[in-house]
Amino acid sequence: MNFYKILAEIEKLDPEVYERLDPRRRMFKHFAGFGKKMSAAALPLALGTMFNKAYGQSPTLSQDIQNVLMFAHNSEYIGMFLYDNALKQSTLVPSADTAAITLMRNDEMGHIKFLKQTAAQFGVTNLPTLTADMFDYTGGKGAAGGPFADVNTNYATFLGVAQGIEDNDVRAYKGGAPTLMPNNTLLEGALNIHSVEARHASHVRSLRRGGPTAVADTSNLMMKPKSWISGTDGGGPKPPVTTPIYVGEDNVMQGSVDVSKVSSTTAVPAAAAMAAASEAFDEPLALAAAKANARTFVKPPYDTQYFA
Amino acid sequence: MAVTGLLIAGCDKDSTNSDPSTVDVGSGDVGVLNYAYALEQLEAAFYAQVLQGSYFSGATAGEKQILQDLAYHETIHRDFLKAAITAAGGTPIKDLEPDFSAIDFSSKTSVLSAAKTFEDTGVAAYNGAGKLIQSADYLTIAGKIVSVEARHSALIRDIIQNGTFVDSTIVNLETGTEMSKNPPEIALAVAPYLKDGSKLNVSNLPTD
Repeated sequence: MNFYKILAEIEKLDPEVYERLDPRRRMFKHFAGFGKKMSAAALPLALGTMFNKAYGQSPTLSQDIQNVLMFAHNSEYIGMFLYDNALKQSTLVPSADTAAITLMRNDEMGHIKFLKQTAAQFGVTNLPTLTADMFDYTGGKGAAGGPFADVNTNYATFLGVAQGIEDNDVRAYKGGAPTLMPNNTLLEGALNIHSVEARHASHVRSLRRGGPTAVADTSNLMMKPKSWISGTDGGGPKPPVTTPIYVGEDNVMQGSVDVSKVSSTTAVPAAAAMAAASEAFDEPLALAAAKANARTFVKPPYDTQYFA
Repeated sequence: MAVTGLLIAGCDKDSTNSDPSTVDVGSGDVGVLNYAYALEQLEAAFYAQVLQGSYFSGATAGEKQILQDLAYHETIHRDFLKAAITAAGGTPIKDLEPDFSAIDFSSKTSVLSAAKTFEDTGVAAYNGAGKLIQSADYLTIAGKIVSVEARHSALIRDIIQNGTFVDSTIVNLETGTEMSKNPPEIALAVAPYLKDGSKLNVSNLPTD
């Protein structure tokens, strides 16, 4: 029987069969060995081993990995419901931007689905389903007088909230990546979400600046930011509430290298070097700090229930 | 998934690709850093040439601010990686000779189209290289760079056509996840922009 045919048949029932067989893509190695190293008689045994590894074991993820997954998954809801809620307001999102806001909403929905499915593949099935009523984008945590009180009626306020949430997500995924190193499927999946969050952040920042080619105001990066984080962006869209999202982004020491001095002054003049060096590298945020930032937009008791 | 079969069928396990006219980025973490260094060399050289071209000199203030920043960032990435490779006890690959003959540096359309290719390629490359890295420190460094490349890519795309910061050519829209690429795919993608003798040999990099 043709082995490819077997796999194709299994794939009809389980689209993830290739991934299961070889989450770290070792299948290439297995296959490479078949031709010359194995006798035909040994083949069924080798196949049995492969399928056993794919379906037989109950995969376990460390508590650290599960914690990173849980927060990544739960925080996707913050962005998803932010955009979903905005699209439901009659006068908030300009028609020119509806497609982009919808796209970002859909991306976050995709991330939730992707994370649930990928976690389940490794035996983690406790990722919750969160609902819109758990979130409050005014930052008032369910009470009046929050720092973003007009988030549902003032588009600039809404975009400021969106920037903070996206930038916080970028930092959180970056901070979580090393924890995921033992599992290549989770690591690569998280990286592939991380860069999409950065794309969102870039687009929201461009909108806040007045459009992609509008000039950023380097003396007022809070209101007219670049598409990347420059220094600490003056504390972000609304300091001091957003300040913790940008703390440490002005770092210019990468490993043992001062990247504000690593290039020739012909290519990077001294006057531009500090800003450029900080912009060229985004900084990770520890899980606890990213969670604290996220809780700004979650009502009690859900803030401590799902973002503790 | 049919592609998987084709790839396997087409994979020659005995090939080491030790073509002397290519640049071998090496193996292990230093190999991955050299792979990144090669891509950053290409990007830095590209933006340096953009700044010398007539599209840039006639561009709007906003476009100039962006292209100047991109040139700074990529130069810093390149020079940082060279320093990091040396600090790790490795040997940086040679200075690559780019081939930008297909790019018209007087044309906004041509420059932005090339910029989009380089930035998209950079994001897919870093995302695909993450799992190849053994050191948590280097993984973090790669993460710090890739999100900036993604910000670049999104902005260049938005300048070309606003709202294309994410689309189906780079992101799986079902899952909202970037489509990462492995080093052999990236080496092929950048080959047209490197002269003979500077094309990349990534066959000694880890594969998982």
